[in-house]
Amino acid sequence: MARSVKNQQKMVNTVIAWTIGLLIFFPVLWTVLTSFKTEGQAINDPPLFLFFDWTLENYAIVQERSDYMKFLWNSIFIAGGSTLLGILIAVPAAWSMAFVPTKRTKDILLWMLSTKMLPAVGVLYPIYIGCIKLGLLDSRLALVIILMLINLPIIVWMLYTYFREIPRDILEASRMDGASLWKEIIYVLTPMAIPGIASTILLNLILAWNESFWTLNLTAAKAGTLTAFIASYSSPEGLFFAKLSAASTMAIAPILILGWFSQKQLVRGLTFGAVK
Amino acid sequence: MGFIELKQVTKNFGDLQVIKPLDLEIKDGEFTVFVGPSGCGKSTLLRLIAGLEDLTSGSIQIDGREASQDAPAKRGLAMVFQSYALYPHMNVYKNIAFPLKMVGMDKDAIDKKVRKAAEVLNLNDYLERKPAQLSGGQRQRVAIGRAIVREPSAFLFDEPLSNLDAALRVGMRLEISELHKRLNTTMIYVTHDQVEAMTMADRIVVMNHGVIEQVGTPLELYRNPKNLFVAGFIGSPKMNFIEGSWAQAQGAHSVGIRPEHISITAEQSEWKGVVKMAESLGSDTFLHIQDSGVAETLTVRADGEKSFNRGQEVFLKPKKESLHLFNEKGERQ
Repeated sequence: MARSVKNQQKMVNTVIAWTIGLLIFFPVLWTVLTSFKTEGQAINDPPLFLFFDWTLENYAIVQERSDYMKFLWNSIFIAGGSTLLGILIAVPAAWSMAFVPTKRTKDILLWMLSTKMLPAVGVLYPIYIGCIKLGLLDSRLALVIILMLINLPIIVWMLYTYFREIPRDILEASRMDGASLWKEIIYVLTPMAIPGIASTILLNLILAWNESFWTLNLTAAKAGTLTAFIASYSSPEGLFFAKLSAASTMAIAPILILGWFSQKQLVRGLTFGAVK
Repeated sequence: MGFIELKQVTKNFGDLQVIKPLDLEIKDGEFTVFVGPSGCGKSTLLRLIAGLEDLTSGSIQIDGREASQDAPAKRGLAMVFQSYALYPHMNVYKNIAFPLKMVGMDKDAIDKKVRKAAEVLNLNDYLERKPAQLSGGQRQRVAIGRAIVREPSAFLFDEPLSNLDAALRVGMRLEISELHKRLNTTMIYVTHDQVEAMTMADRIVVMNHGVIEQVGTPLELYRNPKNLFVAGFIGSPKMNFIEGSWAQAQGAHSVGIRPEHISITAEQSEWKGVVKMAESLGSDTFLHIQDSGVAETLTVRADGEKSFNRGQEVFLKPKKESLHLFNEKGERQ
């Protein structure tokens, strides 16, 4: 009897989980489906789900009208650059906080996190003016730096929780064995922290890829990323849902594929501190 | 060489003084055991010697050279950790080779040394394995291997056996003792297990609350404990302590007597009591006696051949020449 109750419970859980999963995924699915409809079908009432005339027309028009590759390259450059720069700063920062903590370490960590609570728009004006004065408006460099800075608190936190899990003894053993600080970081700490560093990189890539506030506000034609590419299909000529969806699908596809292949790593990284 | 001298060493963690001003000399080639209850400062003292903690004051000299400010690796000491602290991403060979690689030794010399150490420690068949694929005892041997290839002037062991099961512990205890005989290098060994201390040490340092209570050979401590703490800590089962009128009659505030120094007699004797529990170990039987009138419970060692029942009345005779007399401060008279 106990078993059958368990199985029933399992089934209920599975159904609930799938329902929630589909609910969350539905907007993405709808976007992808809409991208294959004509503009007329896209706004059809009642909405068409699967039974419509599938077409690649929107992709062709989008491709023709704007330079997808340029936006893609900007996204890769900015997401990749900000992640690389962020990791180079975050690893030593997290190392020092995890292994040589001071009385203030906890406060610094909390303060860093608190900066994430500030609405981004609150600093838009100074940063915008700053970019103009420095001649960095619509430049990839500015976005690399800004996106690196806004994600830095999160990746320092993530690496910090990872490093905290590494037994102190092992690092002390390497010190006894004659490893200098850098050798300790290169030969002992980093190899042990690779899973953590990898999932931190991945998360940072996704966050930077999806970022739209700063990319929309600080770029125009030159340094626009895929988020700007999507946005360019939303307004001036009225609403073209099908083309907008096609643009969106093209923009999210790379990161979706990356996320799909690394989901195991990502989940492990995000829950690492919680579940030992 | 491995002559280590501590002078007026102290260590504070914040406002807490965990090591109070302390002097200690560890002779070259000696096997010294730091023993004491948890939190007594023994591991901290070892870490101070290793250089993993900074001194608050005082000085540490190694082979006559001031070493207090030296980095751990510069002190020429090797340490074996309780958790083994092997590098999980390296195989056994690379683990043992690591300290040699760090000093920039050439590959052939490293290979020679690693293979020699592996042979000594019976690790030849495991060189390609990662630590996760080894048993506890094998891991401990790798940790020792990593220590011996450096040919340190002294080995530091921080409770190296406490993660092993009882049977393995006895085996490793012997192996470490044999290693000491063969290498003849100074070893400092931290444990909370007084049996380990008694069986392995040339000299035992008994610590409590950041203070050295007594330093001596195992038998010196057993036979002439300087105070109540050492008397109670060294020896298993524990020494019996008697206070009150019987102790005063012996001219002391409290009297200690070991379980083997109380004999069970057939006829009326000095004390009488009731058996609360009898623990038969085969060779010996330890009786816990109640209602003796001198102490709440007395532990007595009896012949393992004899059997005792719960509630049985027994007569007890303390061996007067084996009493340990202590004054009000708990010091030996």
